[in-house]
Amino acid sequence: MTLADTQPQALTFECETGNYHTFCPISCVAWLYQKIEDSFFLVIGTKTCGYFLQNAMGVMIFAEPRYAMAELEEGDISAQLNDYEELKRLCTQIKRDRNPSVIVWIGTCTTEIIKMDLEGLAPKLEAEIGIPIVVARANGLDYAFTQGEDTVLAAMVQRCPDKAPDAEKEERNAIQKLLNFGRKQEEVKAEESEYVDHPPLVLFGSLPDPVVTQLTLELKKQGIKVSGWLPSKRYTELPIVEEGYYVAGVNPFLSRTATTFMRRRKCKLIGAPFPIGPDGTRAWIEKICSVFGIEPKGLDEREAQIWAGLEDYLQIIRGKSVFFMGDNLLEISLARFLIRCGMTCPEVGIPYMDKRYQQAELALLEKTCQDMGVPLPTIVEKPDNYNQIQRIKDLGVDLVITGMAHANPLEARGINTKWSVEFTFAQIHGFTNARDILELVTRPLRRNNSLKDLGWDKLVKEEAGR
Amino acid sequence: MKLAYWMYAGPAHIGTLRIASSFKNVHAIMHAPLGDDYFNVMRSMLERERDFTPVTASVVDRHVLARGSQEKVVDNITRKDQEEHPDLIVLTPTCTSSILQEDLQNFVERAQLEAKGDVMLADVNHYRVNELQAADRTLQQVVQFYIEKARRKDDLATEKTEQPSVNIIGMSTLGFHNQHDCTELKRLMADLGITVNEVIPEGASVHNLKNLPKAWFNLVPYRELGLMTAQYLQQEFGTPYVDITPMGVVETARCLRKIQQVLNEQGATVDYESYIDNQTLHVSQAAWFSRSIDCQNLTGKKAVVFGDNTHAAAMTKILAREMGIHVVMAGTYCKYDADWFREQVSEYCDEILISEDNAEIANAIARIEPSAIFGTQMERHVGKRLDIPCGVIASPIHIQNFPIGYKPFLGYEGTNQLTDLVYNSFTLGMEDHLLEIFGGHDTKESITKGVSAESDLGWSKDGLAELNKIPGFVRGKVKRNTEKFARDRGIETITAEVLYAAKEAVGA
Repeated sequence: MTLADTQPQALTFECETGNYHTFCPISCVAWLYQKIEDSFFLVIGTKTCGYFLQNAMGVMIFAEPRYAMAELEEGDISAQLNDYEELKRLCTQIKRDRNPSVIVWIGTCTTEIIKMDLEGLAPKLEAEIGIPIVVARANGLDYAFTQGEDTVLAAMVQRCPDKAPDAEKEERNAIQKLLNFGRKQEEVKAEESEYVDHPPLVLFGSLPDPVVTQLTLELKKQGIKVSGWLPSKRYTELPIVEEGYYVAGVNPFLSRTATTFMRRRKCKLIGAPFPIGPDGTRAWIEKICSVFGIEPKGLDEREAQIWAGLEDYLQIIRGKSVFFMGDNLLEISLARFLIRCGMTCPEVGIPYMDKRYQQAELALLEKTCQDMGVPLPTIVEKPDNYNQIQRIKDLGVDLVITGMAHANPLEARGINTKWSVEFTFAQIHGFTNARDILELVTRPLRRNNSLKDLGWDKLVKEEAGR
Repeated sequence: MKLAYWMYAGPAHIGTLRIASSFKNVHAIMHAPLGDDYFNVMRSMLERERDFTPVTASVVDRHVLARGSQEKVVDNITRKDQEEHPDLIVLTPTCTSSILQEDLQNFVERAQLEAKGDVMLADVNHYRVNELQAADRTLQQVVQFYIEKARRKDDLATEKTEQPSVNIIGMSTLGFHNQHDCTELKRLMADLGITVNEVIPEGASVHNLKNLPKAWFNLVPYRELGLMTAQYLQQEFGTPYVDITPMGVVETARCLRKIQQVLNEQGATVDYESYIDNQTLHVSQAAWFSRSIDCQNLTGKKAVVFGDNTHAAAMTKILAREMGIHVVMAGTYCKYDADWFREQVSEYCDEILISEDNAEIANAIARIEPSAIFGTQMERHVGKRLDIPCGVIASPIHIQNFPIGYKPFLGYEGTNQLTDLVYNSFTLGMEDHLLEIFGGHDTKESITKGVSAESDLGWSKDGLAELNKIPGFVRGKVKRNTEKFARDRGIETITAEVLYAAKEAVGA
């Protein structure tokens, strides 16, 4: 190898055919209805959408979820039925049965094609039935999987109040209230002084409540106060957003939400790597601190301590290679973390790459590769699964992170896989959850390690092995 | 518009894909937006398939909306033709492509010019038919396509086999216990001295479809899938078909007698009576079970049955006729074929419910309060909520309904399996009641579970609030670990921060 080859090069971006497997973005209702406790999600689509949700959500479906399909019939498609009247009938029924604080309409491929004017119908119906109706076009024509959440949150940004009456301010600050839970007013006041004086910061991205608490506490250690979070536990607690507020994303697939904050609400976006892995979490905190002119405290030790706690897992993956087929947009952050863990990564497939929103994350990925002395991965946007499988075979990778459609067939061919969807549902953010990511990543390796002497790694006949 | 969050039968394209991917070396290309290839996940997960599901999408995106698919579909077909050399590519319309109204037939014709394999457009209308009807239609379409092709090439095997033989029609991927049923039916045919000519579509090659006319008769075990094909073959070649589902002792015998009649009409001289007798009295345990005192205890117990036509009808007859159980209500979600269902079960139950609305069924179950339910996964969950045991007898199903062990529902071994299923459902229900009456299992509810009683540690309110967010089944463990962590470090009050610090420390 010549010296020139070891010189760091820029990341390469490719774009393939877009023939890849991913979840339909309407799947976001599965976690958003759980997150926003007083919401009701109405997916306006066909049997195909319903069938997907029913099967993808597994047992959740039986728990009387606060979501339903408005299943379009032939009369709806051919406009023999009046959209407004039909939606009014269903939404009135939802109001009667569930009394939600907001109904979220999820537009689908079908509503796009027949050009149903959901954005136009919503305000009229909202006025008539007295429940806010938020419209998100989370369809498979435009978006992949987690981008569904992006469309919903972008629509919710518009609904955040810009100024609340003083009496209500207390109520709205749900996170703060949670942290101050049951403490006396003086104590709360005293605690206020623990924060540095900085402009209000609102974080965006739907995370399980424990992770919200963890990240909020993490920033509190630096004297940074999180004044609100989108989404909050309840629709009625959406954070106040005023012009000039700072916002920061916690997930890499939220580019529309970020754009909406900047353009529509005149907020300032803190472009940081995402708090996934201890390296990402540290970089995220550092970036927020630097924007507010704060000298971060104790991050070195904190990060080192987390890494030390990961050592047993790191030993399993160090020097191994990982291939991301791409389906949920977490890929860049996860690849960056795994490379820091000592893995190599030839390819990162990703459905959609917003180079501006992910700029800081991409820069950290490059830097991580340089620090670790490994080649930069090729980032393949809109990948082609068929080609990827050929490449996986040629490269002989140690672990493929992929959707369930390919996982079993790859395992049967002796290739270790981790089901990618788990990363969207597991708790992976912040220092605290770094171990959970590695628990997922190492699981197939640990399992297959315990089976390794059985001679059972290739379980398909040669002719079928294509 | 219809408010719904559960459906019993899937959309039409699922039916087409089930047929296409059941055949060997047939590839389906869906004209669909991103994310509609969820079929692959289901097949890979539920069937634990080792091979890649031969289904890809020709993705419909914004550009397609604006300009039409143009070359895209044709390119995708010819590309797949070169990559995998399938015998047949089935272009599959979806709900999305139905509204776009592109001339998919034209794409198929153009692609056929270049492709080495055959190319066909599945003739199913998303808004008119469901998964089951589409599967039935697609199978018939594929069969007709290859019969006509063979006829053109003068390659059709019309000569009947020397010995009596049968085509088994309707075994497919993601079908309820189809794999096991198929094995059982082959065994049954072997016992009867009938050669199995072809089994379609599961595991079949399209090249063999030209041999279908060689069989003496066709056996269609499931009402939902295969009937159109059997009718087509009867029309074309006069091949008779037997469409009695051999599920349960009486129906299996009826099916065999019909086969006997069909063969004897064609000049065979078979007599299956002694076989039926021997199986019924000595091999299958079901007949004996119905005389045993176990079954006596089930007499008059109330049951509700719900499922697809085949399984719900057969189950109703078994419960009422073979076990003396009182079927209060029998129902099906196959609305399009409701008359058949009514005719089959009307003398065996009090009420009939034809509905696709799971809430209506759940309400009926709640009203009737049966001792056991036999239904789909949905009814199983209704049973859970109402504390009524449920045996799963039909799709929609979960991964646990794709057992690895041998569990046919058809044939004589099937009767044994059904006996277990019914008996286990009822006894479990009885046990529960007895336990309730006599005060439950002998395990005092332990207050110390997960909580160290002598805990000297205080939990702050926010700490407790965080603890309560942790799912119940691990909460005890988290609590113990956190308290140990706090004790080791001399922390007296456990706050949310301490809780998470403990979580981080676990790895160290």
